[in-house]
Amino acid sequence: MRLTVPGDAISVRHAMQDLAQSDLFLGLPEGIRQNAEIVLAEVMNNVVEHAYAQRQGDITLDIDPNPSGLVCQIRDSGAPMPGLALPQGQFQALDRIDDLPEGGFGWFLIRSLTENLRYHREGCLNTLTFCLIDEQCHAD
Amino acid sequence: MNLMAQETGGILVIQALGDRIDAAGAIQFKDRMRELTRASAAPRVVLDMSRVAFLDSSGLGAVVAVLKLLAPDRKLELSGLTPTVQKVFRLTRMDSIFVIHDAVPDGLRQAG
Repeated sequence: MRLTVPGDAISVRHAMQDLAQSDLFLGLPEGIRQNAEIVLAEVMNNVVEHAYAQRQGDITLDIDPNPSGLVCQIRDSGAPMPGLALPQGQFQALDRIDDLPEGGFGWFLIRSLTENLRYHREGCLNTLTFCLIDEQCHAD
Repeated sequence: MNLMAQETGGILVIQALGDRIDAAGAIQFKDRMRELTRASAAPRVVLDMSRVAFLDSSGLGAVVAVLKLLAPDRKLELSGLTPTVQKVFRLTRMDSIFVIHDAVPDGLRQAG
């Protein structure tokens, strides 16, 4: 299935709500569906906030089932990833409430719930691909 | 999003009425929570999330921000985490930071 989503937070919300009602999503096992909801929202929010960052542009999602879950490709024509590399997505969960992070969870969630996460920049196009499977592959 | 606050017996229960705490609404959520908690001196604050089906990293950050702004005098408690929301808290280990109830603490049933 392919979706084209305008690059703003409200449109991302509506797209996620539409996906949740789609036959594709309703037919998924609960674990994959939850993971897809989490990851796709995070990836699109990152595009809105960082790739487009107030500029206008669309996000193209291609989501297709495969034997173990879903394969996803997200493309945008915004700014490239800094250093053309994916963020590590590490944050330190600290004990003191004062020191708790309020951000940085997004890439951690993406990396925790995906396999074969790859980023590619060609011309003006960013492409992020990954698979979503049922298990939390990197849960400690 | 809409938040409904009710204070009974020293506990301020704030119910989130929208079904998503996400990037599109996290800042407004945080600001509204700040207003509601400032308006009350109740020593306990419970955020009832039983209607929230989804929370992303922005939403999580906003909830953590509320925890921090209430500290050190008050500790934010959460109740009614739905499955996907629970998953986000568990994966990020934030479920160990908050007091989490299955439902709003006894004696404080919300009407409607």
